[in-house]
Amino acid sequence: MFLVEKALTGSKSYWRWMLILAAVIATGFVFYLRQLDYGLGITGLNRDVTWGLYIAQFTFFVGVAASAVMVVLPYYLHNFKVFAKITILGEFLAIAAVTMCMLFIFADMGQPARVLNVLLYPTLHSMMFWDMVSLAGYLLLNAVIAWATLTAERNGTAPARWVKPVILLSIPWAVSIHTVTAFLYAGLPGRPLWLTAVLAPRFLASAFASGPALLILLCLLIARVTKTQAPRESIQKIAVIVTYAMVANVFLILMEFFTALYSGVPEHREPFQYMFTGLEGHARLTPWMWTSVILAAISLVLLIVPRYRTNPRLLPIACGIVFVSLWIDKGIGLIVAGFVPSPLGVVPDYVPTLPEVLIVAGIWGVGMFILTVFYKIVIAIRPEPFAGHAGA
Amino acid sequence: MNLSRKAFLRVSCFSLLGAAMRKTAAAFGSTFSRKVQWGMAVDIRKCARRPECTACIDVCDQAHNVPRVPDKRHEVRWIWKDTPEHAFEGEDFRYSSIAKLPVMLMCNHCDDPPCVRVCPTQATWKREDGIVAMDWHRCIGCRYCMAACPYESRSFNWVDPRPYIKTANPEFPTRTKGVVEKCTFCVERISQGREPACVEACPEKALIFGNVMDANSEIRRMLSSRDHVTRKPELGTGPNVFYLL
Repeated sequence: MFLVEKALTGSKSYWRWMLILAAVIATGFVFYLRQLDYGLGITGLNRDVTWGLYIAQFTFFVGVAASAVMVVLPYYLHNFKVFAKITILGEFLAIAAVTMCMLFIFADMGQPARVLNVLLYPTLHSMMFWDMVSLAGYLLLNAVIAWATLTAERNGTAPARWVKPVILLSIPWAVSIHTVTAFLYAGLPGRPLWLTAVLAPRFLASAFASGPALLILLCLLIARVTKTQAPRESIQKIAVIVTYAMVANVFLILMEFFTALYSGVPEHREPFQYMFTGLEGHARLTPWMWTSVILAAISLVLLIVPRYRTNPRLLPIACGIVFVSLWIDKGIGLIVAGFVPSPLGVVPDYVPTLPEVLIVAGIWGVGMFILTVFYKIVIAIRPEPFAGHAGA
Repeated sequence: MNLSRKAFLRVSCFSLLGAAMRKTAAAFGSTFSRKVQWGMAVDIRKCARRPECTACIDVCDQAHNVPRVPDKRHEVRWIWKDTPEHAFEGEDFRYSSIAKLPVMLMCNHCDDPPCVRVCPTQATWKREDGIVAMDWHRCIGCRYCMAACPYESRSFNWVDPRPYIKTANPEFPTRTKGVVEKCTFCVERISQGREPACVEACPEKALIFGNVMDANSEIRRMLSSRDHVTRKPELGTGPNVFYLL
């Protein structure tokens, strides 16, 4: 019925992979139970840095989820045929990413059993309420779309007529999830690093670079696993999207640098100092942030020069670099540095603990598990996943 | 009581309308002036006469079962002592006569509290008397209020607080791990017509509590006769804890 049966048959290596993921998930779950018992004091979070890896990972993966729109929009609004075989992969990636986001939020809650209070006392002036609404809605939209289009494909029919308007709705919805996520931060007094109108545009730019970069890597992986041709033309088109988005993202970050550093206003300057040179002897983020900057610079060279971008050996490297660079920037730096210095001017330290890292790994495991199941279904229905359009 | 059907309907209608208007008015919050807004004036110099004194902290912690968590990173604070540098971050008191004096910090019970704005469950809200109150049974522990508060007046229970309460006060609830807490201006005492515990305990009478909407109150007389500052007024939160210089 839900095509799940397609994921229940597979090769030895498929089952080995699933077993590894299950082990990672189980480890994370065991440590989550310990956190539940002991309290969030088991993490590196503290009274000054109250959000850390969990919320930062949540923020990053909202971007990955939103990025599905970058293949859906060209295909459905501009009839961009080369993405015909890719949209379903983007939608499934979105489902996996949104699920991870919800788990990260859940892991971060002090009283997870009370999560439904958010629905019991809907609070229109809280951005967290709207984030919950937009994420849940986006999950539902993508699940419906993916299921409807995939069942239609298996049956060899066109998707039902009602699917198209739902798909069109999912396009602005994707933009909304990351905009609202930026609003979580961008409306807080006393957190100058986040108090910038550029935050939402920056979130979207980095999302539209990191998500599609991941999608290219996933397409190449699927091609290799199924021993079929990679969709060269589609991948090249997505690479152009990644290039523009990454340029926009780096541009927006440079804008932030200029305003903070040239104005010299301490509260705007200090978080950047903390990230890149260290503040009052605290410099834990510095190696990470410089890694992110250097990787971003390399990726721009590899992406902008057409000779490199079209090189099938270099492109996956460029995509990997983009992903890692933005993961550091958004999945660690931006959230942690927002708390430094504290509103009282204290420079606190935050180092994730082992249980915290393993819980995060467990949630990554869940995401990969879901993605593997979904992609397995696609491959089962479509033995040559990218055949038909835009072959090599 | 005899009430005709018509009169009953009329009364119900007006009550509903009134309730709706109050809700609307409450939604606009600070744009409507309150009759009561409890506030506090802290006389920094009087307080500094006893630099080692912790009477207000001790009585508050005892009255409200505030845990004394040894790990500073997991500390829970309702009222605490800090430096002017931290208290008035962004201001420059380096060469002032208060530069080295301790400053008592607590929740500012803001006119327009960012913590209330961001809370997704209304577990923290602004009462009609201006106090920013908390429901520890509704709090989901998302710590959004802590990210929003520009005064670090909120603390999270990173671990179970109960082992760190020496002698529990049975009159007041203890908290569980995973919820946020802060100073409540002693709502439990105000409802009995008493002043907050810290005010009562201060041997120097350095804390003055009262209704800042009442021009004849002691706190207002104090504020009109002495120079004072609030913390980060530029953020528009409207703090109701005033520091007499």
